[in-house]
Amino acid sequence: MVWRTVARHLLLPQAAPRAADPAIAASLRARLAAASARRLGRSLAIRHVPAGSCNGCELELRATQNLIYDLTQYGLTFTPSPRHADVLLITGVAGRNMAEAVRQTREAMPDPVFVVAVGDCAVDGGVFKGSPAILGGADALLPVDLVIAGCPPTPGQIVDGLLALLEAHGDKKEGKARGAAP
Amino acid sequence: MILCTAEEWQAYEGRFVALWTDAQHAYALYQPGTLLAVPLAEGAYPALKHPGASWFQRLAHDMTGAIATGAADTRPAIEQFRAPDGTAPWPDFAAPEGEGAHVVSVGPVHAAIIEPGHFRFTLRGEQVLKLQSRFGYAHKGTLALMRGKSPRLAARFAARISGDATVAHSLAYAQAAEAALAFAPPRRAVHLRAVMAEIERLANHASDIGAIAGDVGFAFLDSRFAWHRESFCAAAYAAFGHRLMMDIVVPGGVASDLRPKGEAAILSSLDALETELPSLIRVFEDYASLQDRLIGTGIIPVELASAYAAGGYVGRASGQNADSRLTPGYAPYEKFGLVVPVEQEGDVAARIRIRLAEITESIRLVRALLAGLPDDGLTVAPPAGSGSGIGVAESFRGPVWTWLRLDNGVIADLFIADPSTLHWPLLEHAVTTSIFADFPVINKSVNGSYSGVDL
Repeated sequence: MVWRTVARHLLLPQAAPRAADPAIAASLRARLAAASARRLGRSLAIRHVPAGSCNGCELELRATQNLIYDLTQYGLTFTPSPRHADVLLITGVAGRNMAEAVRQTREAMPDPVFVVAVGDCAVDGGVFKGSPAILGGADALLPVDLVIAGCPPTPGQIVDGLLALLEAHGDKKEGKARGAAP
Repeated sequence: MILCTAEEWQAYEGRFVALWTDAQHAYALYQPGTLLAVPLAEGAYPALKHPGASWFQRLAHDMTGAIATGAADTRPAIEQFRAPDGTAPWPDFAAPEGEGAHVVSVGPVHAAIIEPGHFRFTLRGEQVLKLQSRFGYAHKGTLALMRGKSPRLAARFAARISGDATVAHSLAYAQAAEAALAFAPPRRAVHLRAVMAEIERLANHASDIGAIAGDVGFAFLDSRFAWHRESFCAAAYAAFGHRLMMDIVVPGGVASDLRPKGEAAILSSLDALETELPSLIRVFEDYASLQDRLIGTGIIPVELASAYAAGGYVGRASGQNADSRLTPGYAPYEKFGLVVPVEQEGDVAARIRIRLAEITESIRLVRALLAGLPDDGLTVAPPAGSGSGIGVAESFRGPVWTWLRLDNGVIADLFIADPSTLHWPLLEHAVTTSIFADFPVINKSVNGSYSGVDL
């Protein structure tokens, strides 16, 4: 039963690979170059930390790994260990109760670290802006390199944003390996 | 609401749902919607004997300072702030007792992409002896932000109590506001709300069943069920303009009509799941290595589920047949009927069987709802006024309860109870029936919301 379904799906046409928005990539490239960030190649490991979300962003982050969006085809993977991570991806309002956990996660990561804020809450607190229980946005905790807005952003928007990050600091061999089988 | 004496408050027998306090009273909610209130005496009220009341009493203390006299558990619920001198209100975890017992702590940052919570396991070898959980990391002060706003304005917060159950939370909240102001939404809106609630249930059940299989090494089932979850989200986007259908259920109706190609998108995602489901279920049934990990794992006994009045698939897998769509019941389900599956085993496999049965039932409901959509409008404006009301909606996890009191058109006070609050203590028990390595799959099979209890 399993092999029959697998065989059927191998024969189906594959979804077209996504590409980064050139404008976002260019602006990020300029900012990262200004910060003289070391180049890591076209592969990034992401450590996600939920800093007070409603779990909507987590659902869509998980969806970036499904068959449709297939984040790993671009060299982007989520890693359980901060020691292996290049990207600190923060969702949620930057709640006071998570501030220490975010700080310790950042401390455990090797430099350079790219900080990505995903979702309106991580941008500026979103609808929860002004609550005394929150600090209001990931940049209240750490300097943010990239924001991916939306409530929650769609998996497509998240993939596009992360691709922009890849484009900005990876080797600029456009599209060489993207989407192709290894 | 029944205003009672301290003795009546403590003696009341019933299936406990939630407890909260305001400046003058403590309130206790019981199925199927009985609300008791007792006046606070010098900021205190008698603790309740129901095991599920413990978390709510801790939460009430953190939120308003009210003290539950005689409560056994006085640890903070959500209060995690650290004083400048480094002291925290949370007491140290007790050292493990007994020979060979050791402690493993996990979180609030977890290995997977999930919400934050801290778990302390006491183990002897592989066997879990005890689990203590500590929450509050997702606390956002949501209830305080809702007070002083009109019902329509505050609906955005109700939709964000727990993102995976956004439709159910919005629905319980809208029905509470409609009960408080004694007005009814158009029939078309009531039907569309049910369509959205059932799609939300389908998407979550599909996603979680796959994730459980993925946790025990069956990536094939995980990716197929994730594909179906994606197809429901895409259909929701085509039909209502938002993948999770956030902010569409509002007090007085719905904010968006079914879009032109929406119905076809929903029907085709239902067909796709219905077609593939038998072969996916066969994988569950055919592979001994999969069954070995799920059968007899993470058992919640019937008596315990009953003591906590557990709802949803957690309760129904352990002998509880309550479903708030039937009791107390709300429109439009009385027109379509509902078969509520019940199992007795209370293990991970039983919770999966319940959710598979609910998938079939939800597919039938959505088709029936779409086939007979009334045509009488989408929304009516909430009248200004005062009053209080209770609303309930069956989320994929179980019943979401909302109580609110309106004063001249703005929210004077409210409380929202997610079913997870009663399920987390059951998880603490279920884990002790298994080994440490089974925690992820047991946790996923209960799937409590962190945001929903941290508020």
